[in-house]
Amino acid sequence: MGAKFSRRTLLKGVLATAASAISMRPFKKTMAHDFQGYQSNRGVLVDLSRCIGCRSCEAACSREHGLAPPDEPPENFQLLEQPTQGVRRPDQNAFTVVNSYESALSDHPLFKKIQCNHCLEPACLTACFVNAYTKTPEGAVIYDADVCVGCRTCMVACPFSIPAFRYDSAFEARIMKCNFCFDSRLSKHRPPACVEACPMEALTFGYRNELLRVARKRIRDAPGKYQNAIYGEFEAGGTSWLYISPVPFEQAGFDLQVPRQPILNYVKDFLAVVPMVLTIWPGLFAGLYLLARTRKITDDSSNHEDMSDETIER
Amino acid sequence: MKPLSGNLTDAVGRAPVISGGEQRLLDKLFLGLSGRDYLTRVWTNPLNWVICLILVIGIPLLCQRYLYGLQAITHGSQDYPWGVLLGFGLFGMVPLSASGFLLSTTVEIFQRDDFRPIERLALLNGLLGYFFAVVFLLVDLGMPWRLTYPMVVSFGPAAVLFLVAWHVATYLSVQVAEILPAVSEWAGWPGVKRFILRITLGLTIAGIILSTLHQGALGALFCYAPAKIHPLWISPEFQWLHFFVSSIFAGLSMVIIISWLVTKTMSWRCDHRFLSSLDNITLGLAKGGATALITYLVIKVVAVAHEQEWLLLISGWGFYYLLEIALGTLVPLVAFAYGVRHRRVALVRWGALLAVAGIIWNRLNTVMICYNYRLHQEVPHWKELWVVVTLLCFYFIVYRFILYRIPVLFRWRE
Repeated sequence: MGAKFSRRTLLKGVLATAASAISMRPFKKTMAHDFQGYQSNRGVLVDLSRCIGCRSCEAACSREHGLAPPDEPPENFQLLEQPTQGVRRPDQNAFTVVNSYESALSDHPLFKKIQCNHCLEPACLTACFVNAYTKTPEGAVIYDADVCVGCRTCMVACPFSIPAFRYDSAFEARIMKCNFCFDSRLSKHRPPACVEACPMEALTFGYRNELLRVARKRIRDAPGKYQNAIYGEFEAGGTSWLYISPVPFEQAGFDLQVPRQPILNYVKDFLAVVPMVLTIWPGLFAGLYLLARTRKITDDSSNHEDMSDETIER
Repeated sequence: MKPLSGNLTDAVGRAPVISGGEQRLLDKLFLGLSGRDYLTRVWTNPLNWVICLILVIGIPLLCQRYLYGLQAITHGSQDYPWGVLLGFGLFGMVPLSASGFLLSTTVEIFQRDDFRPIERLALLNGLLGYFFAVVFLLVDLGMPWRLTYPMVVSFGPAAVLFLVAWHVATYLSVQVAEILPAVSEWAGWPGVKRFILRITLGLTIAGIILSTLHQGALGALFCYAPAKIHPLWISPEFQWLHFFVSSIFAGLSMVIIISWLVTKTMSWRCDHRFLSSLDNITLGLAKGGATALITYLVIKVVAVAHEQEWLLLISGWGFYYLLEIALGTLVPLVAFAYGVRHRRVALVRWGALLAVAGIIWNRLNTVMICYNYRLHQEVPHWKELWVVVTLLCFYFIVYRFILYRIPVLFRWRE
């Protein structure tokens, strides 16, 4: 029994190690501790002080992606005055939306365009169990509907609540999300449709590293005009889309509770536990079994053999 | 059917029905009754009428979901991607199904033969719970026909859900194997039973590993949303342990409740061994449950202390949190401890009921109520709730069907 047992334990240990090795292998590649993002990562700098809320970007986006055009006419500014998150957000019909925000520090409403921020270490990608998301070297986070199972963990994981699910179809359900116009434009080094459509140059397309410099220069050159911070520089580990604002970010509807490290960091601890449980548990519980069994054998034998002595001893 | 009616009790209580051998399959399926008698009993049971009523509305709702998409039966919310279907069906059912690995560990690893009469019930409860968690998942997944994609088509091995998928799939197979001895006695396949008994230890240890990991992984899933869930319900460092430890008392409490229901509604199916040992077993389970509950309580406090969230406790959400802890953890803990000390089995059972409700409440809180707590609250669509109840009816029907036939509550007499 002893020999058979250790062989089984060994075998299990080997299998478990192999299993954990398999599960760890592709994982290392995506979570290299010093990954600083792709140098070729493009991005867009959004300057809130320039946006007039014309929603040309929304219309251009719908055209580009063959989505239904925004139902409300651009003149309807009422629509934008719903700063609560969850009222107007990107959904299955719109990859980008503009909302307006009132701030005491500004004499006119501020407009903020939201869309996928194309994180450097995307939460959606790390949460996806079928690898439907890809971070391209150009910076886009793209989605493959052909392998998606529809579990919607990416929607839970996205700190900016961007991915939307097409709930209204049984057979063509899928995630709908801005893809940085990757297929039609970004892969050909062209700016996305929304940037091209903006009449106010509120959106600036370029290399992310370059855009950070541009943003800092704008902040430096016009003292007092901007808050001294770039939203997206560190949020969720850094995003391709960057924002500068004349008012504190929370007054323009930015979520300041978004952690400054990649979302992946929050699950690393657990992922590290997995191979340990796989390797330690077999030995631990096999050992406990042997201990329990030995005690039982001793108990049983003492019951049978020492029956006569028992009365004297006790 | 009316399980306690005299005739049926006689019919299934008689030796030929319970004993194996050359008994015909139809006899086994109809519990030794003629087909006509059996159907009469099905129709005269008022409970079946209630089930029927639920299914008459529920099945068309299911068809609606598969023809017109999830929006047809849910709110299809972009802000609350997971609703009751997953919050209850997956995140609630899985901890209640920890019973299988807990009791097989007790009996097979720790050699506690005094718990053997309830081992099969715990295994069956685990298997059915997991199976129906997958059924709930199949309703809620956008593309249910791709359920096996993470196993065969496209791999995202760094994702927590990948672990959940693989572990639940493997553990389901392990649990099918673990229940096979009971099925093989009923079906008359002695070879199968002999084979499974030889690999029991391996299956049990595999069960512990897989349960630890995926009960924990279900918790770790929420670490993906550290800023969206109310801080009291999420603590990234400990979340997997919170879910794992709470699954222990959840699984044990579920067995206490099921065994109680079984003695109340189908005592004719339980043999003397089961009925006579149940009180002691219930108290034993409660002892384990109390240990898990106090551990859970302490690690919940540790999480609050670790994240310096004391001040959050005196807010609306904080009171809600304390209420959940008090009703779902503290009261069952007192009931278990007092009940074990003073041999109050009834008290233990009510405590278990509260613990089970508490764990479902906790999972619903984490999945939807305290998720995106800074946004609007979402009230589930009545159709979604109806579908949940419909699936629970299927669960009940399958559970009862198996308990009536397979030797779970009684020993097969050869």
